[in-house]
Formats: sequence, C-alpha cells, structure tokens
Amino acid sequence: MTDRHSPLNAIHVAAGASFTDFAGWQMPVRYSSDLAEHHAVRTAAGIFDLSHMGEIFIVGPEAADALDYALAGKLSATTIGQAKYSLLLDRSGGIIDDVVVYRTGDDRFMVVANASNREVVAAELTDRTAPFECEVFDESDELALVAVQGPRSREILIATDGFAIEGGHPDGRDVGEKLSELKYYRALSGSFRTQPLLIARTGYTGEDGFELYVSPDHAAELWDALTEAGAPLGLVPAGLASRDTLRLEAGMPLYGHELGTETFPVQAGLGRVVVTATKGDFVGREAVEAGPAPDARTLVGLVADGKRAARADYEVFASDDSSEVIGVVTSGALSPTLGIPIAMAYVDAAFASPDTTLSIDIRGKRLSYRVTPLPFYRAKKD
Amino acid sequence: MATESELQYTSEHEWVLVDGNTATVGITAYAAEKLGDVVFVDLPDVGTTLASGSIVGEIESTKSVGELFAPVDGMVLEKNSAVEDTPELVNSDPLGEGWLIRIEFTELPPLLSFDEYTALLGE
Repeated sequence: MTDRHSPLNAIHVAAGASFTDFAGWQMPVRYSSDLAEHHAVRTAAGIFDLSHMGEIFIVGPEAADALDYALAGKLSATTIGQAKYSLLLDRSGGIIDDVVVYRTGDDRFMVVANASNREVVAAELTDRTAPFECEVFDESDELALVAVQGPRSREILIATDGFAIEGGHPDGRDVGEKLSELKYYRALSGSFRTQPLLIARTGYTGEDGFELYVSPDHAAELWDALTEAGAPLGLVPAGLASRDTLRLEAGMPLYGHELGTETFPVQAGLGRVVVTATKGDFVGREAVEAGPAPDARTLVGLVADGKRAARADYEVFASDDSSEVIGVVTSGALSPTLGIPIAMAYVDAAFASPDTTLSIDIRGKRLSYRVTPLPFYRAKKD
Repeated sequence: MATESELQYTSEHEWVLVDGNTATVGITAYAAEKLGDVVFVDLPDVGTTLASGSIVGEIESTKSVGELFAPVDGMVLEKNSAVEDTPELVNSDPLGEGWLIRIEFTELPPLLSFDEYTALLGE
C-alpha cells in the first residue's frame, strides 16, 4: 500500500515526530514522550492530527430514514448539531465499524469512520441507502481533522483568534459563550479565518475536548493557530501512542481490538447503541435480536498489581494454576495515569463479574488480574 | 561513559562496553527511540549464567515489549537497579545511566563496530 501523508505532515516532521503506519497512513506515533503527551491531555491539553479518519456524507430528504436502516442507532431521532456514537453491523450482527454520526442539517449527516474501514463503510452506506432518496459522498480526502483534548481545551479554543460561529457575530466575539454552552456530543458549524469548519465537542480520550473538521488546505493554519494560543496553557502535540493509552484508560473500544465482525454489540457492552424498540428494519436486526450464542464471551476491564502489562492476544486463564483458557486480552498497557497494569479482555460469561480473580500468561509468567468495571479512569467534572 | 564510536554493537540494537573480561550492556539510542517511553525493565539477577543470544530480560514501553538478549556467554556481575526503579533512564541516557547489566565473560564473540552498526540502521 502506498503511504499516505496527512496535510499536516510537514508540521509533524518539523516537530520531530516519530511516525507509524496506520491503515496505510504515515501518522505521528509520538513527538517526544508518549507518557508526557498522555499526562498533558489529562492535566492540560493535547492536539492530535486525525486526518486519516474517514468522513462520509449522507444527504437528501430521506437521509435520516436511510441511516436508521443502515446503522444500529436511531439517527432520525437526533437534532441538528447532535452527534451520536453508532455501529455499522453486518447481517449476522457483527460489527463492521464503529462510527460517530453528526447531524449537520435536516437532510444532512456526516458519518466518521475509522481510517482502516473508510472504503467498506462508504461502500456499505452507498449500498444500504440506495432505495432511499439520498446520496452518499465520501469526502474523506476533502476534510482534515484536528482534535484538541484535555481539561483546558475550551480555554485554548477561546484563546485562538479566527473562529466565528455560524449565525453569530462575524468577528467571533461570541465564540467563548457559544463554545461554553456547547454540550458534549454536540457540534457547531462555524468558520476559521473564513474557511468553513465543524466544531464538535467529542473525543476519544475520556477528557473534555473538541474535534475540528476543516479543509486540508487550511489544516496547517488551524494547527499553528491552536498550538500558538494553546502552548501557554499547556497544550502539546500528541501522537497515536498516547491516544491509545488515553482511550484504554477511558474504557473506549477500538476497532480491530475490542470490536470486529465476530463481535456482537452486546458482548462489547454496546447493547445500548442498538435501537430495536422504536425503529423499523435495519441491517443486522434479526441477528442482534436473536443475540449471540449462549456461551459468547463478554468484554471486561482487568487490573493488576505491579508493572507487567498484558498485551493484545495474551491468553486469560481461570486461575494462576489453571490451564483452562477462558478468555483473551484485546488491549493492555501500564496505565500512565493510574500506574498499574490495565487491560480489556473477552472472557467467558462465568468469569465476567467484578472482583473475579483471573490469570494472564505474560510471556511465560502468570500474573493475577482482577475484573473491574469500565472505565478505568473518569475525568473529574469541573 | 564511553562515546558511541568506542562501543561495540549487536544486530539486536544493544551496545557492549568491554573492559577486561567484563561487558557492560545496554540498548542503543535507536532502540530506545523505537520503543518509546520505557515503563518497566526486567533484568536477570546477579549470578545468573547467560548464554549468548538467549533472551534474559525485557524492556517494556507503553506500546511494546523489547527483549534483552545476552550478547556474550557469561555470568551477571551486576544489574542496574537504578533503571529498575527509574525505567525512563533508558530513554534519557541509553548509553550512560540507562545501562542494564554487567557480565563477566571468558570469550568475546564478534560484535559490530559503530560504523557497522550505523550501516545496519541505514538498511
């Protein structure tokens, strides 16, 4: 696969970033220290380049009904400016991708897909919405995404000159007020130095934060303005390594780890995302209503003492002296915030209750882990 | 502390400082950079007999696990307990305070010079 570069690539190179291949994209994995970047997001703020994400628009008078059929949630119940976490299921109830859907107009939605699933999501949405009066546009190449995440995010956006909110003062004097009023999982249309922009109060770190969708030609200008205004408030550029430990602490699933076509939503703790009672047919309905097999594994959080972290694909056993495999780790790390090993794993239902002691084979050594409710970390409300 | 050009290297991205029949071992700056922030180091105990090429310890970062290979046959004379308590020394000073173990050996296998190691990185 040809390496794709973000429109912000030159900035990352200049900042001394290390890069990783992510779904065919060369993206910053860290700038200097992934731990420092992680802590900055928990205590001040970090700025992330997420331009590899896919943005697919569904537009037309029947767009809402079309998405009700294509996705697991009831998107027709959203209001303009609302964002909704949802799932694209296959006919067997498995998860093709997890997405965030933004309603940007009466007849207009933006579906944000994982970079690795952009093509399949665009193809499935095109196919599934064909009977409806609407059109599907894959605008992924026309949109960059910059996220500012952390408790000081709002201050940083307010300190950045050049924002204006649609329908507000053109000089942006009301931006502070509008951003402060913006609720979690809500978005505002606006502009940055006359360029159209979508400002969403969403994220994948477990902290307050914003995600800014902008044209690739203006992403660098936006990044620089945010970085300049944010640096005195503690903002640092943050790479995908810290993004992964942040989302893990927040108990958020990652496609390819906790989510996949072999997983039913209910196994991943996402039963609430699937709406069956108040909407009509949708792809995967029959399968999710029948439910997974009775012996299906369920996603749990696990914590341990010490410093040795379980990693994805390590086997989980019933006890330290048992050879009976009862589960598998999907994500794990030494939690930078908590200082203890944390992991998510799929385990047999009999072992999924909180405080159950389990055992993980960590490269030949067994370590006891304890089942704990997710998330591992919750931001303090201010 | 020796300079980069005075050290010898292995293809496993370790450096070796030879003094008489003792070898001090650590990981290279390249390896430390590739690992990311080191959060846990597991080293063999003093007195452990090591076979060249075998895995004798682990260097874990938030993202991945690096293995420590014995670069020579020998016995562990000393391990760097400072690095066990403060794993970030591997990142901040990989060739100095971030050293890992000191081994007593009888025979030194062929190791890479700085130029050879640098050439390996360029491949």
